[in-house]
Amino acid sequence: MNKIFLIIQREYIIRVKKKSFIIMTILGPVLMAALMILPAFLADWSEATHKNIAVLDETGWYYEKFKDQDNISFYHVHNDLETDKEKALYEKGHLLLYIPRTELSIPVYAELFSNGQSGLNLTTYIKSVMKREAENKKLLASGIDPELIKSSKVKIKLSTIRVEEGGIEKKSNTEVEVGLGIFAGLMIYFFIFMFGVQVLKGVMEEKQNRIVEIILASVKPFQLMMGKIVGIAMVGLTQFLLWIILTGVFLLAFQSGIFGGSPDALDMMSSQSQISSMAVGEGAGINDPFAMATEIISGINFKIMIFSFLFYFLGGYLLYSSFFAAIGGAVDQDADTQQFMLPVSIPLIFSVAMSGVIVNQPDSSMSFWLSMIPFTSPITMMIRIPFGVPVWEIALSMGLLVLGFLVSTWMAGKIYRTGILMYGQKVNYAIMWKWLRYRH
Amino acid sequence: MLALEAINVSKTYINHKALNNVSIEVDEKSIFGLLGPNGAGKTTLIRIINQISVMDEGKILLNGKPIKPSDTTSIGYLPEERGLYKKMKVGEQAVYLAQLKGISKRDAIRELKKWFEKFEIGSWWNKKVEELSKGMQQKVQFIATVMHKPKLLIFDEPFSGFDPINVNILKQEILKLRDEGATVIFSTHNMASVEELCDNIALINNSKVILSGGVDEIINRYKPNIFKVNYLPHKPIELRTELFELVSEEQNGNLHSSKIRLLNGTKPNDLLTTLTSQVEVHGFNEILPSINDIFIQEVNQTPNSSNE
Repeated sequence: MNKIFLIIQREYIIRVKKKSFIIMTILGPVLMAALMILPAFLADWSEATHKNIAVLDETGWYYEKFKDQDNISFYHVHNDLETDKEKALYEKGHLLLYIPRTELSIPVYAELFSNGQSGLNLTTYIKSVMKREAENKKLLASGIDPELIKSSKVKIKLSTIRVEEGGIEKKSNTEVEVGLGIFAGLMIYFFIFMFGVQVLKGVMEEKQNRIVEIILASVKPFQLMMGKIVGIAMVGLTQFLLWIILTGVFLLAFQSGIFGGSPDALDMMSSQSQISSMAVGEGAGINDPFAMATEIISGINFKIMIFSFLFYFLGGYLLYSSFFAAIGGAVDQDADTQQFMLPVSIPLIFSVAMSGVIVNQPDSSMSFWLSMIPFTSPITMMIRIPFGVPVWEIALSMGLLVLGFLVSTWMAGKIYRTGILMYGQKVNYAIMWKWLRYRH
Repeated sequence: MLALEAINVSKTYINHKALNNVSIEVDEKSIFGLLGPNGAGKTTLIRIINQISVMDEGKILLNGKPIKPSDTTSIGYLPEERGLYKKMKVGEQAVYLAQLKGISKRDAIRELKKWFEKFEIGSWWNKKVEELSKGMQQKVQFIATVMHKPKLLIFDEPFSGFDPINVNILKQEILKLRDEGATVIFSTHNMASVEELCDNIALINNSKVILSGGVDEIINRYKPNIFKVNYLPHKPIELRTELFELVSEEQNGNLHSSKIRLLNGTKPNDLLTTLTSQVEVHGFNEILPSINDIFIQEVNQTPNSSNE
């Protein structure tokens, strides 16, 4: 037992001391924080430039309807297209909205000239104004009062509320859950792969540089294999923990530092959405989507999320890394690993590929079974958990995963101990099967 | 007292029999040579003693008791195919290997410093293994094998990769370890070192022990009873054909030398008496076979049925 601890210690320390580990540990949270801050930052930055739009409306239908917005001002011009284009674009650097005269009863065509990008908000706004106006005109032509239509419009607010056992009600929002589920699933996928491959490489290193026989004169092959697997798992957990802590630190530092005086990044995210909802012209049902998101996020049980993330990462990693260890023990050359890596990776890739289907129907029987089978459950169950999964399902899935990795490590141990001292043998599945059944 | 005894050990791999009823006896505080051509089963036997492989049948007794997993701490093993972690520092690595043999970190460092000084490699402590030459790595491996003062030392081809100077240092160290009370098993193809170092040997071929015993006793057993005599003057010697057989004659400068085989239990003195009455004897010595000759003779006699 003492020896396996020594092995775990060595595997852990050499990896944590590596430059690549330190770089990854710092870079990961920086990227993560950037991913959360950058969209808001960029949106703010692009909205900050003020746009002036000259409106040349030959139909006379629309020009009065354009109202100045936060970053957009409209003014009228009355010359011809060439002159106004010259003036607006080249002299002033403004944009020109040209609505040509038309034979149609209702003009629905316009051109927007600009020196650069006109921006989605602007085009959306112009289109919505023209659309509303044209529709009103059409309604009037048919003898219907547009005000009647307007007053008859209703906005339906649908809050989805999940009633859990004991009558606790929780607001849920599918988009947030989808995002969270897929994010967690992908993280599990990356972690299993990243650290599983480290097990493979570590085992192959020992075999290739022939230290393995020296070590095996002191410890049992299973101890060496498990020591390596557990040591690397702890590296993974360390990295995960540091990522969570550092991401939080970076986010805090960014909010208080760079946005010191101005409203913080998260406020900006919501103000950005307000612009778009305002552009539609009608009062959006919910004014602060961010506040809503917070409400929903607080509805998700993060204790369960984090606990199950750690559990499924560890369980999935133990399951897959034992296969990786067996492969590393069996082959001599790096090139030979490919043929064995593919079938091992397929269930992982499959569960990521199925994530779209699972978030659409998290309660379907396919989702259920995929989250029970140990090969796919770590990813699938993590995707499902934000949607709320009965406790018995999680427990069963976890139990099956434990059973799965116990069987897989037992099998891997048998292949590993025969393969690790076998050199120059071209390994295939038939030979591995023989090793598996080989009585030691 | 036997330090190690293997009794009727057999081991079959998936498609080949590696050991077939192999028995060896290793005396305490002696050097035991395990000889045999490639693929004969030496390494398999060594791995079984080290409990890396498991035997199918038979028994291994260590100091008279069946060997058990905890015995690995009292065995030092230098495998034929050996390496080190390339990215790890020499000192760290040696300490790690010592700890795996059950030595505390502090004791390991103290003991290692001594050995590093003895081999004059103290400056390597903080170097990475990949910076060392192969011969340098072998020294580190040797130290890692012996530093926990094991009762039983097993060397598989210990001299491969060493230059002659270091081979000599190593031989001295092995002899010293034996004198200090360790039992040494070593497997090699280097027959000269076998004669020089070993007290007893076992020759394994085709998974079986085909010859074993003390080195002197085996040489004695295989000696052809031929004596080489140098004499003057140059003239034919008269020999009684029922007692002696002239094997060869040659002129060497002005000395004449003949090889004569003793037949039917004739004693060397009988030959001397016959010779001194006829010529003046300048040299008289017995021609003994080398272990190398015996090895080749024995291996060639046994049919080579299987190959690895």
